Amino acid sequence: MEYFLDIASLLNSTFRISTPLVFAAMAGLFAERSGVIDFSLEGKMLTAAFVAATGSYFFGSEWLGLVLAIMACVSLSMLHGFASVTHKGDQVVSCVAINILMIGLTTALAAAWFGEAGLTPTLNNDQRFLEITLPFADALRSVPIIGLIYSEILSGHYIFVYMAYLLVPVVYWVVFKTSFGLRLRAVGENPSAVDTAGINVFSMRYKALAINGVLIAFAGAHLSTAVNANFFREMSAGRGYLALAALIFGKWHPKTALLACMLFGFTDALQIRLQGVALPIVGIIPVQFIQAIPYVLTVVLLAGFVGKAIAPSAIGQPYVKEQ
Amino acid sequence: MSALVDKSKVPWWVSNLIVPLVNLVLALLVSGLFIFIAGENPIQAVQLIIYGSFGYIEGFAYTLYYTTNFIFTGLAFAVAFHCRLFNIGGEGQAYLGGLGVFFVAINFSFLPVPIVWLLAVIGAALFGAAWAFIPGYLQAKRGSHVVITTIMFNFIASSLMVFLLVDVIRDTNQMGPHTVVVAKELWFPTFKDFGQFIGLKIRYSPLNISFLLAIAALFFVWFLIWKTKWGYEMRAVGHSTKAAVYAGISPHRNIIIAMLISGALAGLLGINEILGVHHKVIAGFPAGYGFTGIAVALMGRNHPIGIFPAAFLFGILYQGGSEVTFDMPNITRYMFVAVQGVIILFSGALENLFRPQIESFFVKRLNTVQTV
Repeated sequence: MEYFLDIASLLNSTFRISTPLVFAAMAGLFAERSGVIDFSLEGKMLTAAFVAATGSYFFGSEWLGLVLAIMACVSLSMLHGFASVTHKGDQVVSCVAINILMIGLTTALAAAWFGEAGLTPTLNNDQRFLEITLPFADALRSVPIIGLIYSEILSGHYIFVYMAYLLVPVVYWVVFKTSFGLRLRAVGENPSAVDTAGINVFSMRYKALAINGVLIAFAGAHLSTAVNANFFREMSAGRGYLALAALIFGKWHPKTALLACMLFGFTDALQIRLQGVALPIVGIIPVQFIQAIPYVLTVVLLAGFVGKAIAPSAIGQPYVKEQ
Repeated sequence: MSALVDKSKVPWWVSNLIVPLVNLVLALLVSGLFIFIAGENPIQAVQLIIYGSFGYIEGFAYTLYYTTNFIFTGLAFAVAFHCRLFNIGGEGQAYLGGLGVFFVAINFSFLPVPIVWLLAVIGAALFGAAWAFIPGYLQAKRGSHVVITTIMFNFIASSLMVFLLVDVIRDTNQMGPHTVVVAKELWFPTFKDFGQFIGLKIRYSPLNISFLLAIAALFFVWFLIWKTKWGYEMRAVGHSTKAAVYAGISPHRNIIIAMLISGALAGLLGINEILGVHHKVIAGFPAGYGFTGIAVALMGRNHPIGIFPAAFLFGILYQGGSEVTFDMPNITRYMFVAVQGVIILFSGALENLFRPQIESFFVKRLNTVQTV
């Protein structure tokens, strides 16, 4: 029984920890499927975290914080589009610029407005998202297995967790079952053919980037207005890059990307559980090594023991219309 | 979009001086706006920056000390970039470079000092190169994108070094996570020592002879990239992998070589920081210099002639910036991280923003002058 509760809490954490990764991976999927590289998920996630926490603090509404975060992230996505779609600047450089800019600016503004530590004020319960207990969770707890799965693993998450897992089938449907999705994928694979068919490559890429900005905002808001009650510097801690690695490992496909995100979430949950625990044979593993596990895993997954990942073929190339 | 300009008619100084300068001015204007939003006066901030970096001799020496670091990390990014690789891992490579310096300084201190110095430079370069090798190898053989792997290697380097500094090579007589101090004979002569020699009184200064090593590195990179077969092959791969393959040049080999040299240059940061300044390895000593190298290289158009002034400019921003953070309570050093981002944006990603307009403006002007 205790063993089962251990596993249940591990799975519960897995869902919670992989949520920002799922949002970020789906955001990245739209940009990259349209042929625009997005390494700036990290910077945008951080921006969303800062804006959501600050907005929620000033206006007293976590939903307004989320809306402001969406506006901020869409603006950054548009900036990325302006640099790399309209002006055909280097897409990776544009992403690196956005990341470094936002790592600096979020903390600099937090420090200027709220004091030198660079933290936003702690939100009280009216200003942040709280865990949702699903109906009958307490009543069903006593039912063996199914009741426990329902009350211990599925119930009691933040709203973003449920949104993230509902988002994946929606993304799948949009990208693979609608004409918009067909155009999106075509723009990323063969933009000149799409152009010949009379579809505007630039506007498709901008639309994809706008969706990208909306989705990544949820990841940041989850970090600063749900799991934590404030923003602190570099709180995204590489999650934007992990999500991108999950997307690549998942071969730019929503379902497999979701699984890769959950794998990251699981290792991270395990990593937290393993700290200070004596394992058989090896004993206590130094905490620094345990903390490095998700990063090592990223490299291992990218090295791809399951074969080379094939990116959308027009990725990273600015589209130049024939004269 | 304005009419296309015949590239051959654009004078070199327009595309290589005027356009970058316009981009820099735009970046600084946006940065001024940020300082304004943070509740401080941008003009006053500029005055403080100029005073802090040029106003007194110690301040100027600090500017050159930062310049030294930025030359190393800027060159590191530039070498990889010539092969179309984004080595974002300068931070981790520099961290490991510091470990290499310490390793040499502790194990070979019985040798004559100049030989230990030489070995330390080799050690820094080797350790930095080793840390860049795996991302380079994975990019070449498996297509694992080097941006993600080098970022991950920064995180892993940080974990590894904290582990070493806490559990393995910590100075057990001290509390903080750092090593013992290396033998005093090995400390690099500083600007203060030079001042004493010529009878000039200078208080503490971190500027040391690593600056000369940085200048040598500028010449080395220029020679490597433009005067050797290796450099030619790297540029060929960077320009077009397919064409390089047809010319019999191996992209795999050159990607790995470019990453090794890039990592080695980043590793040299450890020489300046350990032999020149701290004399021990401190947790987190690369302090963002690796990331700043990206902005330096992009602003300097990945050429040593451009990287030197760009590194100097960032030296001014760092040293002047610390003056600003002293005097302006609302500004922290993170504001200057944001400034770097803006500079990368304008001189990297948006470098073509006004290029067509500026080039056609000058081409027209020069034509009228010639016809008159």
